[in-house]
Amino acid sequence: MDISFSDEEVAFRDQVRDFFKQAPVAEVTALIAQPDTYKEGTVRWQKHLFAQGWIAPTWPIEHGGAGWTPTQMHIFETERVAASAPDVLPFGLKMVGPVIYTYGTEQQKQRFLPRILASDDWWCQGYSEPGAGSDLASLKTRAELDGDHYVVNGSKTWTTGAHHADWIFCLVRTSTEGRPQQGISFLLIDMTSPGVTVRPIPTINGEHSLNEVFFDNVRVPVENRIGDENKGWTYAKSLLAHERTVIARVADSKRRLEKLRQYALKETEGGQVMAQDPVFRSRFSDIEAELMALEYTGLRVLAAQASGQGPGAESSLLKIKGTEVQQAIHELTIDLAGPYGGIINDSLTSGDIGHEFGDQARKDYMYGRATTIYGGSNEIQKNITAKHVLGL
Amino acid sequence: MHFNLSEEQAMLQASTARFIDQQYSFEVREKDVRLPEGFNRDTWATFAELGWLSVPISEAGGGFGGNAADTMVLMEELGKGLVASPYIPTVMLFGSLVDIGAPEALKHSLLEPLIAGQLQGAFAYQERQSRYNLADIKTAATREGEGYVLNGEKALVMNGAAADRLVVAARTSGEQFDTAGISLFVIDANATGVHKTAYRLMDGQLAANIRFENLSVTSDQLLGDEGDGYSLIEKVVNSTVLALCAEALGIMNKLTDITQEYTKARKQFGAPISSFQVLQHRMVDMFMACEQSRSLLYRTVCSVGTSDADRSLHALKYMIGRNGRMVGNEAIQLHGGMGITDELEVGHYVKRLMVINTLFGDADHHQQKLAQISLPT
Ligand SMILES: Cc1cc2nc3c(=O)[nH]c(=O)nc-3n(C[C@H](O)[C@H](O)[C@H](O)COP(=O)(O)OP(=O)(O)OC[C@H]3O[C@@H](n4cnc5c(N)ncnc54)[C@H](O)[C@@H]3O)c2cc1C
Repeated sequence: MDISFSDEEVAFRDQVRDFFKQAPVAEVTALIAQPDTYKEGTVRWQKHLFAQGWIAPTWPIEHGGAGWTPTQMHIFETERVAASAPDVLPFGLKMVGPVIYTYGTEQQKQRFLPRILASDDWWCQGYSEPGAGSDLASLKTRAELDGDHYVVNGSKTWTTGAHHADWIFCLVRTSTEGRPQQGISFLLIDMTSPGVTVRPIPTINGEHSLNEVFFDNVRVPVENRIGDENKGWTYAKSLLAHERTVIARVADSKRRLEKLRQYALKETEGGQVMAQDPVFRSRFSDIEAELMALEYTGLRVLAAQASGQGPGAESSLLKIKGTEVQQAIHELTIDLAGPYGGIINDSLTSGDIGHEFGDQARKDYMYGRATTIYGGSNEIQKNITAKHVLGL
Repeated sequence: MHFNLSEEQAMLQASTARFIDQQYSFEVREKDVRLPEGFNRDTWATFAELGWLSVPISEAGGGFGGNAADTMVLMEELGKGLVASPYIPTVMLFGSLVDIGAPEALKHSLLEPLIAGQLQGAFAYQERQSRYNLADIKTAATREGEGYVLNGEKALVMNGAAADRLVVAARTSGEQFDTAGISLFVIDANATGVHKTAYRLMDGQLAANIRFENLSVTSDQLLGDEGDGYSLIEKVVNSTVLALCAEALGIMNKLTDITQEYTKARKQFGAPISSFQVLQHRMVDMFMACEQSRSLLYRTVCSVGTSDADRSLHALKYMIGRNGRMVGNEAIQLHGGMGITDELEVGHYVKRLMVINTLFGDADHHQQKLAQISLPT
């Protein structure tokens, strides 16, 4: 029972703090906020972290990571969020990268890892299909062997960022025998391959991040398969637990709650600041207590990881509570915006229409509904927890 | 005692449902909200032909003289169909204010074209700082000679972009939060000295910030007595809140229905997802939220004009806000990724529900108003 930092950790924290102070945070944030410069800003920021050697803090040093301890990772996240600096995209760095260095061949590691670290390739995740969401193992996109190539046919959906992507990592069906999980392989597909098409899916916040990806006789070299044929499910599963801890976004919620607190000191009704409003206070402190607890749930998971236990079923708990807290913050923020919670500040008017955060609150609220759906919906997480944690 | 609709109400309900069924698909709606004004003038003309624009207007004002139950029936159906129209700003707010406040000549000159579908109106009441306080008015109407001069800015004026005429709430005396000293004026929205900045709300409808710069108005543009506008505002806002709650209930029922249909059709793990008990319970919760809201809506309709009226209305808007959010969130969640797309109707219903929550006080606001009645401080 001790959470104080060692001298080295304090020194590390100061170094990180200093780094963020000097980083071009405001510049890249402005770029990322605009759809047409989103990619440019993201890549620029990631290259900045790469130059510092901090783009993949948890990767092993031999693969180009920083090899940080979970505590260092926690310090970094806290400082990143305190500096309002953007997060890195998970698809290359937190998802496919670890799969490649864990299960890939030497040649695959050399080919893909340096480009992931340098953000030279943009990756997207091709798991979900129209017929396979929560029941991912029922996926149907087929890959049939033809000489030294697979021929891929089918479609993926909800693919975040596919319209920017150079590569997609896919789960594909290579066998229909045995349990559905046993016939799935993990393929890396070049998005410029003939037969790949991308259709945008507009989302309820009015922005474009989701896509459908169609594969029409796409030829993929066998050497782009990770590990063994029909073992893809095992590789993908090892990564899902990581995805869930990522989605919890505890540090980010802390920043948002602090922002909300500041807004509440300015927003007034009848001459009284909303921070004094009894209903607001009650809702705010409900969230605050959950988040204070969640921060320590996260630390407990980190401590377990530090002693060699990978994120397991408890990552479900982090995901469920983490996303519930995010949504509660979104709800309270849009409610604090009051009558401005419904405004759209788009090209129709460039003028000041009278509110600082109403438009953003709306976008966050709407898109934030997805957090309890993606990465394995919260209902599925509860099923997993009931079965694997409680043994019911 | 019974909760049946009258014959006329049943006809109104049927005709509204028929219109939506035959002429107002989701695709039509999507096209309509993309129009520059956020709604379709032809649809509005149909509203006029069907007699809907006269429903809450008194017989003396040339209308149908409908009561709260009549409005409820119409609005619930419009909610189910997610009909994009300026019915609330033009008819419920502008029309009713003119109906109860305008001198005879002015009343007829405005309500006749309004009922015929040829005049758009809006009510400019709130300001940037007002939040949900209807008395928070800084816009000033200063006496000058026989008339007044208007200066100030109104915010979030529903239908402010398309309106031909506006009712403006301005202060003729008193301090910023005083209920006394507020006066209502009917003005020409295109007069010089009126500056509009239009923008969209998340339900596709347009609102505007409207600034008045030394706008001269005459005494015969005044609704009711000088300084006594707040009582008119309260009256009209109360009936509008009821109408909005009926619309919201229509939306909540629709969301509950389409969620049930979707989960019956959607298969995962080899079974319709509606067969998973945890989702069944959630849909039962949605259903109960609708039923409780309906009960409170009926109670509020029945309590109009009684001592239970205010308490019912606050409880209703509170419950609609809270239950509406729950139903909206659950509808999205149970649709999975489909619920996040703009291509499905679910998200659009949710967005209208969210806008309704922000009109005339949200759930938290009305919860406190209710508590203030039962537990006065
Ligand atoms: C914004 C967003 C981004 C995404 N990005 C990606 C991406 O980049 N790559 C990718 O591959 N996928 C992505 N996804 C897809 C995501 O993983 C799926 O949406 C998710 O797995 C749910 O699947 P579904 O949408 O088909 O919903 P369904 O599986 O059809 O679920 C519908 C509802 O039923 C519930 N349900 C289903 N089964 C059960 C059960 N057994 N018990 C109880 N409840 C159940 C669900 O919880 C949900 O509420 C994204 C989704 C969203 C919304």
